[in-house]
Amino acid sequence: MHMADALVVPAVAATMYACSAAAGGYSVRRVRLENEPKKIPVMGVMGAFVFAAQMINFTIPGTGSSGHLCGGMLLSALLGPYAGFLTMIGVLLIQCLLFADGGLLALGCNIWNMAFYGCFIGALCIWKPMMKRGVSKGKIIGASILGCVITLQLGAFSVVLETWASDITELPIRTFIAAMQPIHLAIGLVEGLITAAVLCFVQEARPELLWGVAEEKKEGRFSFKHTLAVLGVLTVLIGGGLSLFASANPDGLEWSMEKVAGTAELEASGSVYEKAAGIQEATALLPDYGFKNSGSMAGTSFSGIVGALVVVFVCVGCCYLFKFFKKNRKHE
Amino acid sequence: MSKINQAIYEIRSLDTLANENRWVNRLHPLVKLWVTILYIGITVSFPKYNLSGLLVMAVYPVILFVVGEISFKDSVRRLWLVLPLVCVVGIFNPLFDKDTVAYFGSLAVSGGVISMITLMLKGIFTVLAGYLLIASTTIEKICYALRLLHLPKLFVTQILLIYRYLSVLLAEANRMTQAYALRAPGQKGVHFKVWGSLAGQLLLRSMDRAEELYESMCLRGYQGEFYYGSRIKLRAADMGYLSAWTAAFLVLRFFPVIDVIGRIFVG
Repeated sequence: MHMADALVVPAVAATMYACSAAAGGYSVRRVRLENEPKKIPVMGVMGAFVFAAQMINFTIPGTGSSGHLCGGMLLSALLGPYAGFLTMIGVLLIQCLLFADGGLLALGCNIWNMAFYGCFIGALCIWKPMMKRGVSKGKIIGASILGCVITLQLGAFSVVLETWASDITELPIRTFIAAMQPIHLAIGLVEGLITAAVLCFVQEARPELLWGVAEEKKEGRFSFKHTLAVLGVLTVLIGGGLSLFASANPDGLEWSMEKVAGTAELEASGSVYEKAAGIQEATALLPDYGFKNSGSMAGTSFSGIVGALVVVFVCVGCCYLFKFFKKNRKHE
Repeated sequence: MSKINQAIYEIRSLDTLANENRWVNRLHPLVKLWVTILYIGITVSFPKYNLSGLLVMAVYPVILFVVGEISFKDSVRRLWLVLPLVCVVGIFNPLFDKDTVAYFGSLAVSGGVISMITLMLKGIFTVLAGYLLIASTTIEKICYALRLLHLPKLFVTQILLIYRYLSVLLAEANRMTQAYALRAPGQKGVHFKVWGSLAGQLLLRSMDRAEELYESMCLRGYQGEFYYGSRIKLRAADMGYLSAWTAAFLVLRFFPVIDVIGRIFVG
């Protein structure tokens, strides 16, 4: 996507130089404010790395062609937008001087088309918001592909606009756009995948190198404590809140008995039954899920909470018992 | 020769050329930078149908190649890189712009053909001008000129660092890809399964190198400030070179020199 000098007129080149210089000046100020002397050598070496890595041909599966790394997105993900932008300018200047990749006059356009979109849009509008709540492989892949595709589309569109404004080609602007955008969509996808592969490797090997990533919490998203707290709240809500809407109609068993025997509660006679009923009534804290001698809504609700807690405690107790016996069996 | 090897070779050959002791090399870097940018600016400013005016701009590269003893052969490769891109944009001009604008004898030439040739010539001249600058000026001297233009020190320093570490990391990338190619015979490029690990390893090594570089810079007294060597003085020869070319470019651009010369011969 490097533009040659022949593709722009001085007015367009000067305008783009001014835009790129403004972004460059702002970036210099931001990097100075960061006051990290270590960053300058890192920027230099990373610039050289991008240059070297762009020379490696990555085979695209299923095709006979190959792609290369997307420098702007990678540098932003490692150095941040400002340092990344300055590094990209250095890379573009050296590419232009040593390898005639883009011209001296068109350097302002190339900085805007490749470095500005890659670093500012890619880092601030795509990478940073996506990594705000922690990093994951999926997010890295998503951000890299989205970043490369969007920034390359913007860059390709800018190339069309700059060439069109320079009145260089007789090609109608619609045809030019139709020729440029789809090919850069494919390039963006491939470059995004390669960038994602490198950034995923960095995340595995040295996650601290990634920029704009929120620090990982020690506990996972669904930690044990977190899950217990959520379950506790849910228990209170369901037991206490939803039990208010519990049906007053008989349950399935009671309904069947009513149909068969004509009553839901069978009358049992005999001294044994009477004694058992007496014991139950004496020990029951909440007879029929309510306070003794209370039929109020608050009684129903409270009994729901307590019942739920009892169930939880019983379950937890059973689990511990199970664990205890399992441990003992292992030792044996 | 592999792509990386080719790049290393090119950097070294340009470095050797720029370090030679020719009169062009001894000129002040700021003067050469200014003349190059002015030449490129004026060349691309010619209207798309002004082929005759543009042709005369060939004097700058021709004179510098001959008098500056710079080999034209080495610059041809750069032309091969740029010309296809320029051609792709210009090739459609004859299809869309069919109005006749000139006659060569009885042959009618359309505006599209003229604008296509103009575009290609602009591409050739501007690439040659860039090559003449880098073949006679080292990157260090170009950075010095950029500092004289008040570009921020931070920016110029990192350009120098990129250039310094470029050949080191290219050599490292070359070793890695060579080792990979030896283990994957007959395979073109790097397989997608190792995309991340191959470039990632190079990245981690580069980061470690940056760490070592920073520590060694600190040991030499680096505290966030860079100090440059001695000043390059502007001599009379530099001023003469600058004014001669500036005047020549302006005359060639704004006066119909080629018409005047043509009339002398044709009448």
